[in-house]
Amino acid sequence: MDRDSALKIILDIFEDVMDVDPAQIRQTDTSDDIEDWDSLSHVRLMIAIERRFGQRFSNAEIEAIGNVADIVDLVVAKSSA
Amino acid sequence: MSATLSDRFLFGLPWLCAPPASFAANLRALSQSDGIAGAQIMHLARHDLNLDQLIALDKTLTKAAARIDWADLPTLRLAILARGSMNYTGPALRATALRHGLHLTSYIPDFGQATAEVMVPDSGLRRFAPDAALLAETAEGLGLAAPLIEPETAAAHVAAALGATRMQATRLREMGCGIILVQTLPAAPLAWAGHLDHSLPGSVQSQVAAYNTGLRHLAQDQALIVLDAGLLAAQLGGMVWFDDALWHRAKVPMALDVIPLYADHVLRLLRAAQGKSAKCLVLDLDNTCWGGVIGDDGLDGIRLGQGSAEGEAFLAIQRYALSLKARGIILAVCSKNDPANARLPFEQHPDMALRLDDIAVFVANWTDKATNILQIARTLNIGSDALVFLDDNPAERARVRQSCPEVMVPEVGDDPSLYPGLLSRAGYFETLALTTDDVKRADQYRANSQRLAQMEMVGDYDSYLASLDMTCEIRPFDATGRARIVQLINKSNQFNLTTRRYSEAEVAAIEADPACLALQVRLTDSFGDNGMISVVIFRKAGDNWHCDTWLMSCRVLKRRVEEAVLGIVAGLAHSQGARRLVGTYIPSSKNGIVADHFAGLGFAALEGGPEGQTRWTLDLAGYQRTDLPMQIVADTMAPAPKGP
Repeated sequence: MDRDSALKIILDIFEDVMDVDPAQIRQTDTSDDIEDWDSLSHVRLMIAIERRFGQRFSNAEIEAIGNVADIVDLVVAKSSA
Repeated sequence: MSATLSDRFLFGLPWLCAPPASFAANLRALSQSDGIAGAQIMHLARHDLNLDQLIALDKTLTKAAARIDWADLPTLRLAILARGSMNYTGPALRATALRHGLHLTSYIPDFGQATAEVMVPDSGLRRFAPDAALLAETAEGLGLAAPLIEPETAAAHVAAALGATRMQATRLREMGCGIILVQTLPAAPLAWAGHLDHSLPGSVQSQVAAYNTGLRHLAQDQALIVLDAGLLAAQLGGMVWFDDALWHRAKVPMALDVIPLYADHVLRLLRAAQGKSAKCLVLDLDNTCWGGVIGDDGLDGIRLGQGSAEGEAFLAIQRYALSLKARGIILAVCSKNDPANARLPFEQHPDMALRLDDIAVFVANWTDKATNILQIARTLNIGSDALVFLDDNPAERARVRQSCPEVMVPEVGDDPSLYPGLLSRAGYFETLALTTDDVKRADQYRANSQRLAQMEMVGDYDSYLASLDMTCEIRPFDATGRARIVQLINKSNQFNLTTRRYSEAEVAAIEADPACLALQVRLTDSFGDNGMISVVIFRKAGDNWHCDTWLMSCRVLKRRVEEAVLGIVAGLAHSQGARRLVGTYIPSSKNGIVADHFAGLGFAALEGGPEGQTRWTLDLAGYQRTDLPMQIVADTMAPAPKGP
C-alpha cells in the first residue's frame, strides 16, 4: 500500500471518529493541533484503523505515535510486512 | 469502527436499521439549529449506531442541551459505578437511552473512586441522588482474577467479593437509589489447566461461577436486577468480548466494539424496571407466520411445517411467539387479508402451532397497518410504545415506523429462519420477574375479534407513498414477460376483477391481437424491484373499450398503481378515438376486495349483469389524470395522454 492511499483512508477515519474536516489535517499535526484528538478518541481511532486495514498494533506501537505521519508510516510498514 | 455486513449481523444490533449515510451531517445540522425536537434525536438513536456514532450523538446532547425540547420524555438519573474505565460506556449509555424513550442523566465518579463514593457520607454520588445505579464489576475489581490452589482460599475470595457487592447495594439503597443493576462476570479468558478448570474450585473460572451463583441469591435477597453479562459475553464469544491490549492500555473492561450492544442491554433492563418493556407482539400473517399468501395460494399452497425448510422456519416463528405468550406476552395479528382467508389456516391447517385462541386481537382487513396497529393498542388498553410489530414486508415496516416511531419494528430481512433469533436478540420483552398474573394475562386480554370500524388514516399517507420513490413501468405484453403474465393471470384470486384464466398460447394471441390493449405493469420502490405486479387487458370495440382482465398482486395494494394504469389506458383509448371505457366485475368467492374497484376510479355504474356481475363506464372526454406519488414510465407506447 502506498503512502498517499493510506493517508487518504486514514484522514477519512479521522473524520468518522472525530468529526474533523480531513482537508484541515496536516501530516505534522499532533493531538495538540486537532481539537477532538485526545487519549480517549486516540484509542477509538487506532482500533478503527486496525479494522480498516486488517492490521493489529501493539500498545508500544500505538504509544509511539506522535503525529499523523507516524500513523501513516505504521500502516504502510505493516502492510508490506 | 466500521464493520462488514456479517460483523454487523453477528456483533451489532441488526434488528435496527443501519444509520443513514447522512448521519454525521444530520447530527451536525441538528446541533446547529435553534430549537431541537427531542423526537428528531430519538429517531437518529433508533438505528444500529456504532460506538463513534453513539459518542457523536452524546456530544450533541451535551452541547445542545439547553436547546432540546424533550416534551414529556421520562428522565432517569443513573450512577455508573465501575472499577474499570467508563469513558466510552457512559456516552454509549446516554445515547442509547434515547432509543428506549429515556432521557438519561448520568454520574460517573473519577477513575478508581466508585467504591469510595458509595461508602463515604458526603460524596458527589450522594449529591447526585441517583434513581438507578449500575454496578459494573469485573473479576479483577473483585479480586477474583488469580487462580488459587487452595479451595478454602478461593471460597473466601468469593465470599469477600459477594460481601463487597452486598455492602455497595445496601449503601445505594440507603441513598434512596431504587433501581440497582448488578452484573454476572463473563467467563475468564485465561485458562489455567484447560478443560480441567471447570473441576478445580480455585480456578478463575470456578471462582467466577461461584460468584455468579451467589450474586443471583444476593439479588433475590436485596431485590437487585441482574444483568447477565456472562451470558452476553458467551453469546458473542470471549474472543470478541475481551480485549487484553485495550484493558492494559485504557482499563476498559470490554472490547470497544461490544459496548453498543452492552449499552442496549443495560437500557432494556432499565426500561423493564420502569415497567416499559414491550407487552404485545403483533404478527403479520402472509410470509411471516407461513410461507406464501393465503388468499392466492389457499390452504394447500401455503408452506408451513411438513418438512420443507421454508415451512419449518415459519413453524419456528409460530412456536417462538407461543412461548412468549406462555409467559405473559400478548399476541395480536395485523394482516392485509380477507378476514375469512386470514382465519383459514388457524382453523384448518394441520401444522399451525398458533390457534385463534392464542390471539388476543385479530385484525384482518385492507386498511393501512399503522392505523390498525394503533387500534390494537387502544383495544388492549396499552401504550403503542409497548408493541412490537413483526412483518416480512419492508414497505409495511417503513410505514409503521414513519407513523408510529414508538412501535418497535425489527428489521428482519427476508429469511424467516432468522426471525426468532432477531426477535430474541432485540430483547424487546425483557422482564424482571414472572408472576401468576403473567401466565394468565393472555386470557385476560383476549377480546373477541369484531370487525373494527373504518378508521381515519393516521399520519401523512401521501408523503409515505412519496417516500417510497416508486417507479411504475407500464408496457405492452411481450415474450419476455409472458411466463410471469401467464402466472399472474392464473394465480391471482383476490385482486382480480374477472378471474379469466388464459393459457400461454392464449396470452400470446392476445399480445399479437391489434384489437387488444394488453399491459404488464412493473413496480420498483426504495426497497427494490417488486417485479411485475399487475396485468390489464382491454378489448377495443370502436367507441367502447371493454376491460377483459384487471388484476394486481396484493403485496402492493394502496399504492395508487391502479390510477396510474387507468391514466395510461385512458390516454391511449382517447388518442385512438374511443369515447368510453367499460368495466365488468365478476364476483367470485375470493375477489370481494375489488367490488368497488371501478367506482373508486371514477366509473359510473351501469345496469348489472347476471349472477351479481356489475358493470361500469368511464366517459373519456370528462376524464382527467391526477398527480400520483410515483414516476410513470410508459414510453414504449404511443402518444402522451392528454390531461393535467
